[in-house]
Amino acid sequence: MISKTGLKSQLSTIYRRREFDVFIVIVIVMVVVGLRNPTFFTKENWKDMLMYVSILAFISIGQMMTIITGGIDLSVGSVLALSGMSVGMIMREYAFLHPIILILTGTIIGLSCGFLNGLLIGKGRIHPLITTLATMSIYRGLVVVVSRSLWVAYGDITPGFRLIARGNTLGINNLMFSALIIAIVSYYFLNHTRKGREIYAYGDHQEAAKFVGINGANINMLVFSISGMLAGFGGVLWVSRVHTAQANTALGYEMQTIASCVIGGVSIFGGVGNVIGVLLGTLLFGVILNSLELIGIVDFYKLSAQGFIILVAVIFDAIISHRVAEQMRKQRRIFNDGQ
Amino acid sequence: MMDNEKVKIRIKLSSIIRRWEFTIFGLLIVIFIINVILSPELFRIHNLLDATLTFTEKSIMVLPMTLLIISGVIDISVGSISAMSGVILGVCFKAGIGIWYAAVIGIFVGLVAGFINGLIITKLKIPSIVVTLAMMLFYRGIGYILLGDSAVRDLPEKFGILGGAYSITFIPIQFLIFIVLAVIFGVLLHTTTFGRRIYIIGNNENTARYSGLPVDRTRLVLTAVMGFVSGLSGVLLTSRIGSARPDIAMGTEMTVITIALLGGVYIFGGRGTILGVVISAFILGYIHYGLSILNIQEQVIRIATGGVLIIALLIPTFVEKIREKAFERSR
Repeated sequence: MISKTGLKSQLSTIYRRREFDVFIVIVIVMVVVGLRNPTFFTKENWKDMLMYVSILAFISIGQMMTIITGGIDLSVGSVLALSGMSVGMIMREYAFLHPIILILTGTIIGLSCGFLNGLLIGKGRIHPLITTLATMSIYRGLVVVVSRSLWVAYGDITPGFRLIARGNTLGINNLMFSALIIAIVSYYFLNHTRKGREIYAYGDHQEAAKFVGINGANINMLVFSISGMLAGFGGVLWVSRVHTAQANTALGYEMQTIASCVIGGVSIFGGVGNVIGVLLGTLLFGVILNSLELIGIVDFYKLSAQGFIILVAVIFDAIISHRVAEQMRKQRRIFNDGQ
Repeated sequence: MMDNEKVKIRIKLSSIIRRWEFTIFGLLIVIFIINVILSPELFRIHNLLDATLTFTEKSIMVLPMTLLIISGVIDISVGSISAMSGVILGVCFKAGIGIWYAAVIGIFVGLVAGFINGLIITKLKIPSIVVTLAMMLFYRGIGYILLGDSAVRDLPEKFGILGGAYSITFIPIQFLIFIVLAVIFGVLLHTTTFGRRIYIIGNNENTARYSGLPVDRTRLVLTAVMGFVSGLSGVLLTSRIGSARPDIAMGTEMTVITIALLGGVYIFGGRGTILGVVISAFILGYIHYGLSILNIQEQVIRIATGGVLIIALLIPTFVEKIREKAFERSR
């Protein structure tokens, strides 16, 4: 009897959770698109789509952490391009380098970019939005400087490097594998470690967190370093996946990561959000982008469609949260009346 | 008696020096001197005014953006709105509408776009940054849907007057529009009740609401004005480059916000002046001009823009830290 009610309440919390909504929408979109165009369910299509989604997924997880602290990281697209371009240029000159060294180089470049963001935000006390707005253009400019106005073409990519994206680990494509590992590690980090909980606490109420003894500057540096590091890692994988690096690689990518977070239920006010939501959010975003292609909607409609998706998610979110706030107020009133 | 006067003057002077506008005015002079050293030709009134052509489209957008940020709202869809206005101008012209009517339609579309932004922000109470982020993609996409990769090239010669021609002897029309708008917005913000209301709303939204101020309506008006000016800017830009294309004004929102923040507008609202913003528009304009004379690529120039923004924002933090240290030592 007890277990039954326990199950029931558990089910109702699942229903009420954001992830469930997103999941339902994913299924609906998939069914509709699958009926319109059966190639949607082919293995090849799924592989392509998941490879795209994988990189987006773990960069979005980094983005999520910054949004949870109440900030935002607009520089991820530029960091990705900078890391990808630098690695590509290094590879052009020194083709004998092992791919793992290149991955490490890219990750370290991303980490240092992110650390600089964190330093300016934490120690320099500049608002994250403005800091990353500025560093976004700085890093993007550095891409041009690093590339000396050249670009990494297909021929410059060594076979070993190509294998980073094409190869498999334990039977799963490397990109998906790394996304999975990063997701699991961040899930553990955010939910089961002290620092992870501190990130939520800091995002929920910065003043209160300060009085509890949480060092805001350190949290910011940590979070933005992670975000930069993941973007740097993503940059290497990106170049390995698409076989080119240009000055405008991943232009506007930050919007996609933010969109994935918002769709996945990360509150833009900070303090709310989890890894599973973001994963589903990215998947939904990827599925929709893919479907647009398959249904035969011209490329030019894509931008508007993306904007529209974000808008719908946001409006949906706002309506729900207003309703929750209203309910809480009513409950409080009942409680007060009872007294 | 004399001493008293002197002290008063000194206090006044120190309050001027401590003001942000003074700091950035110093910065402007430094940049100006560097520019003149790099290219002595610049120091002619003709060239000085010519240099303004490249950044007035952005500068006029900074004015309503200042008001908007002071009231606690931010709009990052401005670049997309101006691109959309330009495209709609082109499409209307291609459809056979007279060029000036097409321009009016373009500006009107900007107004409507801003109004829609405002409606979503105020009625649904969603953070403006998220709304305009989505709208930024949406409006940009509309430009692409209408024109695709193509551009409307054969705009009539006389339309180019708006963007590049000179009005009275040597002042470019664009620059004249900027000055007029700056005066209008300055008067609006600093002398009218409406202006005071903007500051109060930005300082504390809830207080403003409880005091019975029309918070939502004010913000709605401001976003609509923002859209209007973005549309105007799109028309001016289209006129200057002589063709309507969907990929103009990319990343303009970043420059516009940089100018506003460098001009001393507080990102969380409640603080900022038109004077500061106008000075900072000149700073960024001349940095841009100086670097492009040196033949440096657009994207590399943006390193400088971003760097200036960060340095400008680090100054207050460092000054505060030095003061704290001095205070501790004196104890």
